[in-house]
Amino acid sequence: MMPTEMIIRRIATLVLTFVSSYAVSQATSIPTGRLINPEDLVKILQSGKENPLILQVGSHTLFLQAHIPGSEYVGAASTDGGLRQLRKRVESLPRNKFIVLYCGCCPWGHCPNVKPADDAMHALGFTNVKVLHISDNFGTNWVDKGYPTAKGE
Amino acid sequence: MGLVVAVAVTAVLAGFYFYHHSRGPRSNSAGLQHRVAPDFTLPLLEGGQVRLSSSRGKVVLLDFWATWCVPCREETPHFVELQRKYGDRGLQIIGVSMDDSPAPVHTFVQQFQVNYPVVMGTADVGSAYGGVLGLPIAFLIDREGHIRAKHMGATDASVFEKDIASLLTE
Repeated sequence: MMPTEMIIRRIATLVLTFVSSYAVSQATSIPTGRLINPEDLVKILQSGKENPLILQVGSHTLFLQAHIPGSEYVGAASTDGGLRQLRKRVESLPRNKFIVLYCGCCPWGHCPNVKPADDAMHALGFTNVKVLHISDNFGTNWVDKGYPTAKGE
Repeated sequence: MGLVVAVAVTAVLAGFYFYHHSRGPRSNSAGLQHRVAPDFTLPLLEGGQVRLSSSRGKVVLLDFWATWCVPCREETPHFVELQRKYGDRGLQIIGVSMDDSPAPVHTFVQQFQVNYPVVMGTADVGSAYGGVLGLPIAFLIDREGHIRAKHMGATDASVFEKDIASLLTE
């Protein structure tokens, strides 16, 4: 391969990477009021007073390794299939149902799943949806903290 | 006018680039360090299979990644370059995709001209490596099959290159 061709290919790859990085729906654009921190969710779960429906909208392989007990895997919301599954799961629920969405695949600013999931829920008219703010990943910000964790389906 | 726009766009892209790559890598040594890397046999994307222990005698960079993981996408061109540069000296990069299905992985591998084997990962393999509960995670394995380093999150290519060059000379 000619050096010029290699340089052009490298630049194209870099541009492609940048575009893919910033074209994804950014979790950082979710309003703070729609977020919930892991420690606050743990308190809610431990209190037993509220019973949110918790939906994992990321990777199934990661879900199988560790997830929040009682949470359900619905599919990666960055994909059409995942969004379809999410809509199907919640369509019959009352619009004021307390629902928590989470992923934890990647650092918050790089998560491609939570923003589309949050957008879909609000488009459906849900008024009590929170997105779990996982700053690094599910392992670091949940499992390593010693919070309740389950494995498998 | 066009030149000004081009310069501005380049400056923004350069800014993003240096912002990303100036962050210090988060590297830690989990309990697996210096232990024999858990062996596995997983199906290759293009048919056949890869058994990790078959690479004994080589330095292995085991990369857990996914197509939807932005930092993983950023690292891939660097891994392609490292495989090209150090393959003859005994480096073997193995990509373990944590995607839920192989279809997007096929597309990605072609798009990025990935020059090392990519297998579809499983929860069992992830658990054997201490839990792959965030991406990317990369393990560096020496010629004798021992885990020598674990890098979590986006890691600068120079960190990998330094580790690889060191392990190749052992």
